[in-house]
Amino acid sequence: MANTACFIIVSRNNIPIYEAEVGSAVKREDSAQLHQFILHASLDIVQDLAWTTSAMFLKAVDRFNDLVVSVYVTAGLHTRLMLLHDSRNDDGIKSFFQEVHELYIKTILNPLYLPGSRITSSHFDTKVRALARKYL
Amino acid sequence: MPTAGPRSGDAIFASVERVNAELFTLTYGATVRQLLTDLEEVEEVNKQLDQMGYNIGIRLIDEFLAKSNISRCVDFKETADVIAKVGLKMFLGVNATVTNWDAEGTCCSIVLEDNPLVDFVELPDTCQGLHYCNILSGVIRGALEMVSMKTEVTWLRDMLRGDDSFELQVKLLKQVPEEYPYKDDE
Repeated sequence: MANTACFIIVSRNNIPIYEAEVGSAVKREDSAQLHQFILHASLDIVQDLAWTTSAMFLKAVDRFNDLVVSVYVTAGLHTRLMLLHDSRNDDGIKSFFQEVHELYIKTILNPLYLPGSRITSSHFDTKVRALARKYL
Repeated sequence: MPTAGPRSGDAIFASVERVNAELFTLTYGATVRQLLTDLEEVEEVNKQLDQMGYNIGIRLIDEFLAKSNISRCVDFKETADVIAKVGLKMFLGVNATVTNWDAEGTCCSIVLEDNPLVDFVELPDTCQGLHYCNILSGVIRGALEMVSMKTEVTWLRDMLRGDDSFELQVKLLKQVPEEYPYKDDE
């Protein structure tokens, strides 16, 4: 498992709807904000890149020291699944994104969930963390 | 050509027109979602779903009787069996069992192992009191009322609240004798 990894889902209105610190490293108090900051800063790059390719998985779009940002852009709602990681396991990251995408689809199929609102489901959270342990 | 004798739920289910399950599930989901937005109170939504189910039930019973060829049930036990084995199979495509009879034979539970209405659904914290499938209890209540049985149908177990199956309690309140709409000597 990766030392540091931060996973965020950003809705099409650029609002973060889900966040998880999934790294195994000891948490530093300021690290969460730092991770959010790096991911936030890379949104513009993602915006530009997303229209140049038909691929959903954009790997290593941005970096900060040894931390790399990889993004998966969904086709329908233009939701971005963003992962900040320090590992170089591309296949694992891709599989992680694909499976989280499936989970995300199940979430938006839930009639009681409003698309674009915060994902509060604990089931989703547990599954994402399990996937992170498996692939990252 | 109508077949002689009652038909089984599977046979009817195989012959009637069906819709895609996801279309059905998501349409029902959209209905509930809209009710939640319009009525705001979860309790009101439960009531409204029950009323909608009732209105469906009082019409659905006719289709049920027309297609199933079922004759008059001798007692409430047989009625419950017919609902579980034929009715639910015919309209929902699910198998149900009848259990937990009380001593008088007026109250029982219909247990659904699986329910196409709740695919994809997860109750958020704000809707914990919602009986998502309340429309089903309304349907059963409405249908039974049309065949002169006043019943009370309540949910005892609900998979959306973490139980392992769906359990509907059907309680027979009274049998209403059939009345002629006019008197002979008038």
